[in-house]
Amino acid sequence: MRQPFKQHSVIPGFGVTLGFTVFYLSLLVLIPLSALFLKTATMGWSSFWSVVTDPRVVASYKLTFGASLAGALINAVFGFIVAWTLVRYSFPGKRLVDAMVDLPFALPTAVSGIALTTIYSRNGWVGCWLESAGIHAAFTPLGVGIALTFIGLPFVVRTLQPAIADLDPEYEEAAASLGAGRVQVFLKVIFPGLLPALLTGFALAFARALGEYGSVVFISGNMPMRTEITPLLIISKLEQYDYAGATAIAVVMLVASFAILLAINAIQWRHVRRINGRG
Amino acid sequence: MRRTACLSAFSAVLLSCGILTGCGSSGGSGAGASVELLNVSYDPTRELYQDFNTAFAKYWKEKSGQEVTVRQSHGGSGKQARGVIDGLEADVVTLALAYDIDAIAEKSKLVAPDWRVRLPHNSAPYTSTIVFLVRKGNPKKLHDWTDLVQPGIEVITPNPKTSGGARWNYLAVWGWMLKKELGDLSKLKDPAQADAVKQAQDKAREFVAALYHNVPVLDSGARASTTTFTQRGIGDVLLAWENEAFLCLNEPGGELIEMVVPSATILAEPPVALVDGVVDRRGTRAVAQAYLEYLYSPEGQRIAAKHYYRPVEPDKADPKDAARFPAVNLFTIDEAFTGWSEAQKTHFSDGGVFDQIYKPGK
Repeated sequence: MRQPFKQHSVIPGFGVTLGFTVFYLSLLVLIPLSALFLKTATMGWSSFWSVVTDPRVVASYKLTFGASLAGALINAVFGFIVAWTLVRYSFPGKRLVDAMVDLPFALPTAVSGIALTTIYSRNGWVGCWLESAGIHAAFTPLGVGIALTFIGLPFVVRTLQPAIADLDPEYEEAAASLGAGRVQVFLKVIFPGLLPALLTGFALAFARALGEYGSVVFISGNMPMRTEITPLLIISKLEQYDYAGATAIAVVMLVASFAILLAINAIQWRHVRRINGRG
Repeated sequence: MRRTACLSAFSAVLLSCGILTGCGSSGGSGAGASVELLNVSYDPTRELYQDFNTAFAKYWKEKSGQEVTVRQSHGGSGKQARGVIDGLEADVVTLALAYDIDAIAEKSKLVAPDWRVRLPHNSAPYTSTIVFLVRKGNPKKLHDWTDLVQPGIEVITPNPKTSGGARWNYLAVWGWMLKKELGDLSKLKDPAQADAVKQAQDKAREFVAALYHNVPVLDSGARASTTTFTQRGIGDVLLAWENEAFLCLNEPGGELIEMVVPSATILAEPPVALVDGVVDRRGTRAVAQAYLEYLYSPEGQRIAAKHYYRPVEPDKADPKDAARFPAVNLFTIDEAFTGWSEAQKTHFSDGGVFDQIYKPGK
């Protein structure tokens, strides 16, 4: 049976709220974004193509998407551990640790950038150790990855926490009592239940990293072809008052990010449908 | 269900109307007992204009009886110019390079195209130049530009694509080479010397490429480069504006560095201009004009010199301040590059000389 379009709820006002939602989203998201596309449309197709496929721009896509992906993956693994620890165990100073997770959110990005550069540059606390091991962190792609990992952490932890809290330990006990090993319990019981939240956190961290500018420009060193991130190239186009060129690169970023986010969402929907046994 | 759709459409329209009618006409102040000006400037002038604004308010109060409050906005020069183009209501702009004011004139028509000749000295009431900061004792013996292309020397300078100040650094190197090769920059405009000029330009290009190959980090702005050099301890030499160099020397850690003046360098002229479109609408032309002219007064020149900008009329500055500026062999951007728009097009536009230096395979 088809579900009715409008479901009755205790709180009335579907029409007004939908209208508001449409209006609000248009004002905040759609109108600014369509301006982006309109501005890009002022340049011809061939000049658009030559701007967005310039070797320097392509190198920056690779760095931006690669480092963002690496950062989000690292956060997915270690953020998971952090979230798990914070939900399942209690220990002295837990609230403090919990609050610390949000710091990358709250700090102005330039401040995080300067702080990270101070620590990871050649004469910094961590940098001097890495340097003696032959690893250059600041002003290399590695530095970009570090900054993007830093800013993405809260997204994974904060989306996973409520999901882990919802996960009833009784399921794990039941699985164990039925003879499942530890790895099996994790893979078959815990992980599937948390996957949607993990994917959301991963997607948020990834998306946030793609657009990050403030913290990265300090630690990246901005060397053409090597450590230039795409947002920096957008800024450098704007410095030449090349609005169309800047928006052209922005459009590519936008379309690519949207496609990736959509793909992640699709995986999530399929997963949820499978878990709920509907569909 | 249809009712729902209607209702939602209706409420969306209603809300947009409410928002849109909100932006009717506004503005139009000016005459009266008090007036407010907005000076949109670039980063390192913050302290200079704080001092200057106080002095000007006092002067204007005496002269016209009007209270004037000058608000300041600071940021990267190009970003500030874009702000004005996009509608930031600046009565005056005081930026790092003429190119940015030209862009305002061209893109928004808010500034008259002849703005550079409306005030004395190319509309630059104070100037500066590009010098070297090196580690104390100058361990690598860096005395002139040629020393900077030696293998193993690390040069710190910001990315000229994102930093207006950094473009002066780049042009200082290039112009020095032209001057060294040609002896006299007026040869650039002499058709009989075309071959010599071509050779000098090629030399300059090679030299600039060599110098930028010694740059390990291209920060996005001048202050970030300064931090990289002074706090992170990266690099053997920092290319800096003279006024910034003086500030560094006076800050904590300043005893660890020293200033070196190369044999020839560029005269950096940060220009100022009245934003005609804005002052006419707000009715602030008289006071804004007086504000800019006051920069050339003995008091204005004194304050500029105090904040390490070279006054264009040095006799008006405090002799003690004026004595701090080392004698330098200077050339102007008009002599070496026929002005900013040419320099910008050749060197810093996409695919320009600076980009070619970094083309892969080099």
